[in-house]
Amino acid sequence: MPFGQGRSGGGRGRGSDKKDKDKQQGQRRPMFRRRKVCKFCADKIDDINYKDVKLLGPFVPERGKILPRRISGTCAMHQRKLQIAIKRARQIALIPYVTD
Amino acid sequence: MSDRQYELVYILPPETTEQQAGELHEQVAATVTRLHGVIEKTENWGRRKLAYEIGHFKEGVYVLEVINGSGELMKELDRRLKVIDQVVRHMVVRVDEEKKVVERTRTKRQSESERRRVKRGLPPQRQPGEGRSSETDESDDDRFDGEV
Repeated sequence: MPFGQGRSGGGRGRGSDKKDKDKQQGQRRPMFRRRKVCKFCADKIDDINYKDVKLLGPFVPERGKILPRRISGTCAMHQRKLQIAIKRARQIALIPYVTD
Repeated sequence: MSDRQYELVYILPPETTEQQAGELHEQVAATVTRLHGVIEKTENWGRRKLAYEIGHFKEGVYVLEVINGSGELMKELDRRLKVIDQVVRHMVVRVDEEKKVVERTRTKRQSESERRRVKRGLPPQRQPGEGRSSETDESDDDRFDGEV
């Protein structure tokens, strides 16, 4: 019971927060945000190969996880190809599965 | 005709000599020719650090073989490599279809750009020193560069 209440309260709180932010952004965006462009589309890289560790490297941060699309800005098609390439590279120990 | 192209990568222990690697390559080659395949290319990447430990190995000798052959051949090769203790890790990947797709997009892009250039009354190939130079391209580059 207390959990449910807390959650709904949180939800309301979050909602109002968002509204405030929207208003702020509607007037003028306070923070400069970079336009994200898919690296592979921009550089016209057709082949995302598992052997090319240099290419895959930036998409595998220290922790070893695959960088999500919302951060890297990669388009859906290339993220899919990237994902396959990274998983293959992991199998033959070119890229780590996990690091800590 | 029905030949497919595969890439085989295998990792050998770091202390493997050239000769031992050569012997293993011979074994692979024998299996390939026996099942009517062709080795198109062999690359020895030499010693590399492994991204994670496999068994107690921290380094390994990588060998890549590009093989044209049937699925049965690769199945047999896969089975054999699993049995050989000397091979630390191996992987087989089919590449012919992906290669075809890459080829197609590349030619498509090129012909498209040529078509557009001709329409603008320009020669189909880009001339040296024409248009925006690559330096200016870099300076106002605001796309993702690996930093989060």
